[in-house]
Amino acid sequence: MTIKIHLDNFDGPLDLLLHLINTNEMDIYDIPMVAITEQYLAIIEQMKQLDLDVAGEFLLMAATLIYIKSRTLLPVNEELLEEEEEDPRAELVRRLLEYQRYKQAAISLDQLPQLSRDLFVNQFLDTEILEGDADDEVVVGIYQLAEAFHRLLQSAPTEVFHEVIRESLSVAEYVQNLVERLADGQRRSFRELFPGPLRRDEVVVTFLAMLELVKMRRIKLEQAGEFSEIWLSLAGPVEPLSDVALGEATLGYG
Amino acid sequence: MDDLKRLTEAFIFAAASPLSLDRLCQLLECPRPELRAVIEQLQSEYPPSVRGFYLAEVAGGYQFRTAAELGPWLRKLSKERTFRFSPAGLETLAIIAYRQPITRAEIEYLRGVDSGGVMKTLLEKNLLRILGKKDVPGRPLLYGTSRQFLELFGLRDLNDLPTLKEFSALDPELDQAVPLEPERLG
Repeated sequence: MTIKIHLDNFDGPLDLLLHLINTNEMDIYDIPMVAITEQYLAIIEQMKQLDLDVAGEFLLMAATLIYIKSRTLLPVNEELLEEEEEDPRAELVRRLLEYQRYKQAAISLDQLPQLSRDLFVNQFLDTEILEGDADDEVVVGIYQLAEAFHRLLQSAPTEVFHEVIRESLSVAEYVQNLVERLADGQRRSFRELFPGPLRRDEVVVTFLAMLELVKMRRIKLEQAGEFSEIWLSLAGPVEPLSDVALGEATLGYG
Repeated sequence: MDDLKRLTEAFIFAAASPLSLDRLCQLLECPRPELRAVIEQLQSEYPPSVRGFYLAEVAGGYQFRTAAELGPWLRKLSKERTFRFSPAGLETLAIIAYRQPITRAEIEYLRGVDSGGVMKTLLEKNLLRILGKKDVPGRPLLYGTSRQFLELFGLRDLNDLPTLKEFSALDPELDQAVPLEPERLG
């Protein structure tokens, strides 16, 4: 039997099962497990073919149906029968009946005249404008409180605890600096360039600036031996550096 | 008496939400029995289905409401589109209304599907209240309906809910209305 089903109309597996029972005119107190399981699984298959995300609840119900079916198919143990074993379908039937009740209750609820849909009240006085009677008229639940707190947190500025400032030393700046310090024509040792406490980044950038100046043939370097003092001096007449393109990018440190 | 009636009428007319008898007593500095008589008189002067509006008793108070059968006309008045519940929303609301106090897990067992999203919407619409926590492992929250719920559906209190019908479509023998007594909210 093929059944035409609008899949999106079902609120859940119980809804779908009820629909199957109703359309097949099955007796809810004596559900034919084989037939209903078959139809239910066929619909799940249909959902998959339509590439619908079959929700976990539908799969769980499929497993429940198969389990109940398998139990109804097992031969009944005569000895155990005395203990009046409950029909394996009983739990499912209870749930279906209960669900059906609330489904109907929802319909009758919807039939009640609804405010702002069927009937209206005046709205010219807003509660927020009314003053003075805030003592007993304000009814706030935990949810409303939590919501308000949440909103407050969202509007509060994010606190910055500690800002790390990354000081970037510019090689171009140090090149300029080096030339100025050697401008008097004196020889200076590399160590002499750092009067204060040694800073690693400063040493590195000064070293790079020094190498740049050598490349530009602006200074001369002398070193007596490995790891010994480096001496710097101007290589030629002092020219203004400005006519040489000097920038982080041109130096390749951009 | 006439002044009291006019005042009562004016208060009910101007209030943003239903005014309870207690609240009216407080506002009008008048004893309950006297006010009750005044309200009864007003109710007979504004009966349902006679004029354009009537004096309704709703959510433990009194409010002037337009007649429900005029709804289709009056809807033209509002700029916003009329809000309509989804089947899932109504179903969840019905379960909570009849079964309160109830936990989310119990609702989901009854419906067979996850109901977190639907419940959040209902909470945001102020139709639900958190009544407390259930004394079971995990201490889950217990939900119930709010005063706004009663106002929305025009109910005096929870006993005013339509009676829950037993399963009738499939078993005609059971077609008797079995009243389910929801616990009164404090």
